[in-house]
Amino acid sequence: MTAPPSESAPSSHAPSPHAKPRPRMSPDSKPFWDGCRRHELLLPTCEDCGRAHLPPGPVCPFCFSDRLAWKKASGRGRISTFVVVHKEWFPAFKPDLPYNVVQVELEEGPRLTANLVGHGGRKPVIGEAVRIVFDTIDDTLTMPRFEPA
Amino acid sequence: MAQARAAVVGVGTTAYGRLPEYDAYDLGMWALTEALKDAGLGFADLDGIIVNRIPDYQRFCEIAGIDPSFVTITPGHGRFAAICIEMALQAVLSGRCRTVALVYGNNGRSAGAAYGGESDSYGSGGGAIWWPYGMTSPGAFHAMMMRSHMAQYGTKPEHLAELAMTFRDHAGLNPQAVMRKPFTLDDYMNARMIAEPLRLLDYCLINDGGVALIITTAEHARDCARPPVHIRGAALQTVFANSMFPPEDYWHGAVASVTGRSFREAGLGRDDMQALMIYDNFTPTVMFSLEGAGYCGRGESGPFVAEGHLRLGRRYPTNTSGGHLSESYMQGWALNVEAVRQLRGDCGDRQVSDAANVHYIAAAPVCSSIVYSRDPS
Repeated sequence: MTAPPSESAPSSHAPSPHAKPRPRMSPDSKPFWDGCRRHELLLPTCEDCGRAHLPPGPVCPFCFSDRLAWKKASGRGRISTFVVVHKEWFPAFKPDLPYNVVQVELEEGPRLTANLVGHGGRKPVIGEAVRIVFDTIDDTLTMPRFEPA
Repeated sequence: MAQARAAVVGVGTTAYGRLPEYDAYDLGMWALTEALKDAGLGFADLDGIIVNRIPDYQRFCEIAGIDPSFVTITPGHGRFAAICIEMALQAVLSGRCRTVALVYGNNGRSAGAAYGGESDSYGSGGGAIWWPYGMTSPGAFHAMMMRSHMAQYGTKPEHLAELAMTFRDHAGLNPQAVMRKPFTLDDYMNARMIAEPLRLLDYCLINDGGVALIITTAEHARDCARPPVHIRGAALQTVFANSMFPPEDYWHGAVASVTGRSFREAGLGRDDMQALMIYDNFTPTVMFSLEGAGYCGRGESGPFVAEGHLRLGRRYPTNTSGGHLSESYMQGWALNVEAVRQLRGDCGDRQVSDAANVHYIAAAPVCSSIVYSRDPS
């Protein structure tokens, strides 16, 4: 599962006050982020028990098999919970306040944390069906978010 | 019924609040000095020391002028109060140590400690991968849990308000508490949102302060200055897998497990408890702890709290000191001291009448339960 480190992968996750934090792309998670750049949601999936999981790791957390492969997921899921953040924890998020953070349970099982977009600013709803959208930040980073399905 | 084999023989606390002239060593030393005085012991009587949140163990022992045979240092996470107590139990029950001091020093308020943004290291720090989405802080993590609990069970902000008001009213009876002025439901509802649905008054109070406990065997405890408070049962349960997400069972399984194990060890049950000390970094944690420990049914903590059961004079007086929400965020340590003080009858206006057994619970990625008793069996 471990891919060789990429020289071009942004490694800094220490945000400057002017920029939003960037994800740390580790050797284990690089295939996930590479998939996002191609607008594909890839999940580490066990070839023995068939279940997908996050975060990526050396073995399947359900059956401890090491026969893992990255498989394309549907990008569909439901909002399992959310929070509306009012406090300015990161200066770069100040213009967005208050903003939502949703937790999405994907059809394949794993959860992802992201933002709900394209919903007209209303509050997210628990149980709401959503689908993935890919937000291109720059040449090296595309972030998955979700919109109402 | 099981015979207690270990006891708390000394407790010490500093003032809480803004104490900029003290660093974490000073605060820990102040608390330890008080705890030793309380026990009728001296520094030379310690052969084990566990320091928490104080930056360095060697420096701390150098200041105290002691060379204990056992020493360790633990991270400044609230869940570590019970882990340290468990370590002290293992040390004295194995015979490796006779008298262990547990010392906590926190200068978080003066040092400007924050629990979100770039300094967010809640839990494993694994949640930092969600920073690009603006997801940060243990408060937001607990807000996600509470939002889900509200949708699943109908828990309301009014229930959280009653919890916060209860602890504030208790703090009003505790001269050591930092926030003692009562507030109303309107005050609660009008307090600013931090991580919706959690408001300012759902959050604990970051302050400066120190706490120390002295633990020894039941046999040695008889020689100390004050009546010993017996540790009749204790248990821990980790919940680490997938812990960069809020647990979908609100830590119910782990809290039920530690409660059951510690009660079995103590030979006691919920009906035997006269007071509860529940880790309250945020109001929802108390709700989840009450459900996990079985003081109310699953999903029923909101109405249970709203009925007033946690107030002094009612069935399960909880966080009689005011807890983290209103006394001071001393990361579980001061709640353990409050358990001891209740069982010694030292609590003045907030004393629970005829307190014989007190249950400490913390719901977190390491869940814990400790049963304290006035009597050894």
